[in-house]
Amino acid sequence: MRNPQLNGDGTLQHLLTIEGLPREMLVHILDTAASFIGVTEREVKKVPLLRGKSIFNLFFEPSTRTRTTFEIAAKRLSADVINLNIAVSSSSKGETLLDTVDNLSAMYADMFVVRHSSSGAAHLIASHVAPHVHVINAGDGRHAHPTQGLLDIYTIRHYKKDFAGLSVAIVGDVLHSRVARSLIHALTTLGVPDVRVIGPRTLLPAGVEQLGVSVHHDMREGLAGCDVVMMLRLQNERMKGPLLPSAQEFFKSYGLTPEKLAVAKPDAIVMHPGPMNRGVEIDSSVADGPHSVILPQVTFGIAVRMAVMSILAGN
Amino acid sequence: MNLPDAEGLCQELVRKLRPGVTASTGIVGIRTGGAWLAERLHQELALATPMGALDISFYRDDFDKAGLRHQVKPSQIPFDVNDRHIIVVDDVLYTGRTVRAAMNELFDYGRPGKIELAALVDRGERQLPIAAQYVGATFSVPAGKLLRLVRDERGKFILRLSDAKPAA
Repeated sequence: MRNPQLNGDGTLQHLLTIEGLPREMLVHILDTAASFIGVTEREVKKVPLLRGKSIFNLFFEPSTRTRTTFEIAAKRLSADVINLNIAVSSSSKGETLLDTVDNLSAMYADMFVVRHSSSGAAHLIASHVAPHVHVINAGDGRHAHPTQGLLDIYTIRHYKKDFAGLSVAIVGDVLHSRVARSLIHALTTLGVPDVRVIGPRTLLPAGVEQLGVSVHHDMREGLAGCDVVMMLRLQNERMKGPLLPSAQEFFKSYGLTPEKLAVAKPDAIVMHPGPMNRGVEIDSSVADGPHSVILPQVTFGIAVRMAVMSILAGN
Repeated sequence: MNLPDAEGLCQELVRKLRPGVTASTGIVGIRTGGAWLAERLHQELALATPMGALDISFYRDDFDKAGLRHQVKPSQIPFDVNDRHIIVVDDVLYTGRTVRAAMNELFDYGRPGKIELAALVDRGERQLPIAAQYVGATFSVPAGKLLRLVRDERGKFILRLSDAKPAA
């Protein structure tokens, strides 16, 4: 089957998921992002690349970090950005997703950045829009969050220089996490030899091994000797039924504390996609400690999103 | 066609530039060929200010047609451009569009005092009102051909004429 995010010539038309993208394409995005880092350190923090383009941020689900960094990224590329908080807009009046998109397309949209609680929403929009319009998935249900996955691998490459020989542990609520899925696909595509997921059975998807990861239910066993620890947020809002006894119980077993982190490599980095639940999945002394690269992740997210937007717009 | 010796043109450029530079002159090469040339000029002229390099990919006027497919490298301007005398260096001056993009990018770092242009070769056919103050040689090249600077394995400069743009 044809990859729906690629053009006939194999270039990226939409960014919907990291799954199935070639390694060279991921590396090209990371390299382009690295060039944008310098732009943010200049007197004029803008380049004229997307001058005259209109980018619509369509957020059907609440988001602060992702929406804001997409907005900053678009503005630094000189695009016009229109933010729509659909949760409180047309769809609450009964308009369908595609009608909303058609109406915005009639306002000359060049790009949609879409966050939706239904998996596949961005795919649906991408298959519907005119050929010159680009769609970026900013998180769809439990499926994918590709720009988060890209900024995570950007962060790992920044601190670890190389992916060969790395051990990466992804900890917590993998079941509900599109961030985890995107990161796993990115890491395996880049050839990271050792990717581990750690969590209680109830929060790990069945058959997760098939993504090329090893499964651990014990933190100390899973974190032993790893270079990168990616903590996931405990997604209360996505939990239906009794998957967990309590947040306190979860912290006791899977919360990242200095003691548990001590079994990782001494130079291990700790990442978190945000928003953090302090005292639930991560202890404050780790979140604010010397291993934490959680805030640099946010900063790198701007450059990574600039790279994705400019590569798409040029294809 | 017979192309002149690039090393000889480089020496010619050094000779022409020497009276025009001071300790505070900033030299900025346009990637890739212009940056190699700027590196050499910076060394031969023994300039005190560290050299800069620009990758003008984000300022090109053909982004809508060409996109961002080749590898972009970070621009680096390791000095304050405000009020400084800056010499922009490129290997081949042709339409002038690259120099236009480079000047736009420089202005996003500040307000230079004066910008001059040095090129190893001026092949004419300008599409913008841009002229170089320092040129190694001026000659014309058949339209549609690509003239660029390459380096051999020992770092020696060679001019090369090819049919189409290289993929990268």
